[in-house]
This record gives sequence, structure tokens and C-alpha cells, in this order.
Amino acid sequence: MTAPPKGFSAAQMAWRAAQDIPEGAYVNLGIGLPELVADHVPHGREIVLHSENGLLGVGPTAGPDEQDEELINAGKKSVTLRAGAALFHHADSFAMIRGCHIDLCVLGAFQVAANGDLANWSTGTADAIPAIGGAMDLVAGTKRVVVLTKHVAKDGAPKLVDACHYPLTGQGVVSRIYTDLAVIDVAQGTFVVQELLEGLSLADLATWTGAPVQAGQKMRRMIAEVS
Amino acid sequence: MINKIAPDIATALAPVKDGDVVMISGFGDAGSPTELIHALIDKGVRHLTVINNNAGNGLIGLAALLKAGAVAKVICSYPRSSHSVVFEDLYGAGKIALETVPQGTLAERIRAAGAGIGGFYTKTSVGTPVAHGKEVRTIDGADYVFEAPLHADIALVKAQAADRWGNLTYRLAARNFGPIMCMAARHTVVQVRTIVALGDIDPETVVTPGIFVNTVVHEPNPMSERHAVQQGQGYP
Repeated sequence: MTAPPKGFSAAQMAWRAAQDIPEGAYVNLGIGLPELVADHVPHGREIVLHSENGLLGVGPTAGPDEQDEELINAGKKSVTLRAGAALFHHADSFAMIRGCHIDLCVLGAFQVAANGDLANWSTGTADAIPAIGGAMDLVAGTKRVVVLTKHVAKDGAPKLVDACHYPLTGQGVVSRIYTDLAVIDVAQGTFVVQELLEGLSLADLATWTGAPVQAGQKMRRMIAEVS
Repeated sequence: MINKIAPDIATALAPVKDGDVVMISGFGDAGSPTELIHALIDKGVRHLTVINNNAGNGLIGLAALLKAGAVAKVICSYPRSSHSVVFEDLYGAGKIALETVPQGTLAERIRAAGAGIGGFYTKTSVGTPVAHGKEVRTIDGADYVFEAPLHADIALVKAQAADRWGNLTYRLAARNFGPIMCMAARHTVVQVRTIVALGDIDPETVVTPGIFVNTVVHEPNPMSERHAVQQGQGYP
């Protein structure tokens, strides 16, 4: 199998995911790629970002002269606080998560299955160090779970699969997947493609996807206004 | 007169003994009681079980405690990081036990212990390997997994300010596990940047009431974990 074409950059993927977040939403961003969404919230749209380590009202990533190691996000990177921010301890933070107070979370993934199963904490091998973090709580309690990930793994294996073979984070929890190649909904056990990278056909996408893909009724080209 | 302020760290850590279960506050660079951990290394206690969100960074703080061979088991949610080399080596060599707990379950188990709750049912981990061997109960049509409280002998916590009654305030995201760990341990030791006079913390802004704190140590200039990791600084 050949490698997929150069798709969206990390910033473009984050920008695309950020466009779908509605005004007024309380949103948790997972570690890695999802952290970048904080830098692409559309101007004028009020979204309250939650960080599992006890922050509501997280602003953009901290600049070089704003670094404070006691003001970090889930990925341990320095962030800023917006006016209106609140601080709280871990048990309250996860009460917000488990108690269904968070509208949306954006997570990374090792694998997502066509039935919405998510695996993102362990490869399950004997020498792997399992690292769950807040992901299992987030998928159990957040109203809507979306995934932001490269379409294929570093070794070229599809991340969107028929069934996860890595240990699960949650069953049937993922609603939508934003990759560098496409925007895909999980609907009735099928990957439904809503947006596709310019120059790519559905058949091309199928080559790098581990389960059948279907065209959405209004399938269109994926765009980003950043580079 | 109540005075929980210890004259020095060694006095504050006198109750810690071999085999203790020790909660250590902190999340990443924020809120780690690094000076208390280093004093624990100096004290030479062994066979500890450590409860922390992570498993140490670089060669200082919790990572140094692991490197010193003081820890038999780590209970945490996320042991992997770009600088968790000490833990990875010990784990790879089979020299340390690991219990990985979902972060919210870890926090709630700690809170339950502090609040006298005999456990709780959570949707977190349903249908995953974490739920194996645990009671699953259907409540209003949804499955929940039973989780037991997590107690400790000692909690080591970093806070921002304290008075002599042990009332505490925190700073920014350094609060994280501090308040619930103060509640959950039989004996809680807190290092603070600032000691203030009784009454100087507005009762409206006390985060941890002194009832949850046994001992306070003044550490006006705690080391920066981020800086130490960047510099490759170790302890001792």
C-alpha cells in the first residue's frame, strides 16, 4: 500500500474541527493534536474550554513570555486563562466530565471502529505502558465525542478500522472523526464521509481506511482558512 | 494554641514509615511537593506505594524517589510522558508494580476515602479491560462499574499559602489533586510558599479547611520542576 498524500496540516485539522463548535459550548480538548483547537476558535464565538486538571475558560497557548508552569493544560503545556475563567480541584473537574456537563470533547485516537468504539490508551502488548489519563471518563460522560487524528498510523496502518484490536477506551462513543484526509461521521455502524481532501476520491480514501466508507448525501471538499 | 507549622521538613515527615501508602499532589509540572519528596529520599524509607496522577518526570521529585528504590508500586492515571524515563526503565525491568486508573476514577476514589464513602458506581471504564473483575450494576438502564475508595497513610501536598490552623489556598492549576488528597490521608503534610497570620486568609477563599491538614512546612522558594527537567538536574 502506498502512503496517503500530504493532507491537512495539524493546524488545518484543528481549524476544521474548531469551526463545528457551537457558540456557548463547554469543550474539553484531549492531549496532542486536539490541544491545537484552542488556537483556532473562530473570532467572536464564545466557547468555554475545559482542561481536566482543573481549569474552565482556557485561552490560547501561552507565548514565550507568558510561560507559567503552574498554569498548564492536560498536555502539560503552558496556557492562558480568559476573563471569566474558573479554577477547581480534580474531583470537581471530573464531576463536570462524568456528570454530563461538558458538551463536546475532542480526543486523539490509536483506533476508531465503524461502530464508534475508541481505543487510545494502550497497544495492549506486554511491554506497553498503559496510560489512560482522563479519556475513559471523557467518553463516558461527555455529550458528544469527536476524534482528531491522522488518517493512518506512523507505520501506515489504518486508524479507522472495522473493529478495534487495541484495548477499548469506550464502546460506541465516537460521533465524528476529523483526519488530515477527510471529515467522517460514525452513523449506524458505518463510516460516512462528509468532506474529502481536494484531489482525493472516495476510492482513494478507502485504500487507507480499514472499513468500508460511504459518501454522505452532501459530501463536499474539505477546506481550511489557515496553512 | 493550635500551631500546625513544623520547624523543618524532617520534623514534618517524622510519621512516615516503611511500607506506607503515600499520596503525592501534582499534575505535570504543577503542584508537586518536590522538597517534601526529596526529604523523603533523605529519610530513606522503602517499600512505599505512591499515588500520583503521573509517574515522575526527569530525575527529580517523584522520579528521584523511584530512582532511589523507595517505591514498590505506583497507582496513577498516566505514567507515560516525554520525560518519564526512570519509571519506564523500572517498569521494563519488572522492578515496580503499576495500577493504571482512569483519572476521574482516581480522583473520585481519593475523594470517597476522604469523605467516608465506601465506594461508588461509575460509567467510566464500562466495556473496557479496566472493568474486568469488578462488580457491574445496572442503574436506570445504564451499566456502572463499582470502584472502592483509595486511602493513604500520608499525603504530601504543595499549596500556595497557609495559616497556623492549616487553612490553605492554592495557585492556578497547581491545585489539582491537593484538596482531595489532604482529605484522604490519615496524616497530611503540606509545603507552602507563604505562611500568613491566622485570619489573613478570607474565610470565603479558603480552599482546603485546616481540619484536613496535620502539618505545614514553609518552603518559600520551591524548585521549578520544568527547569530542573530541562537542565537534567537530579536528586540527591
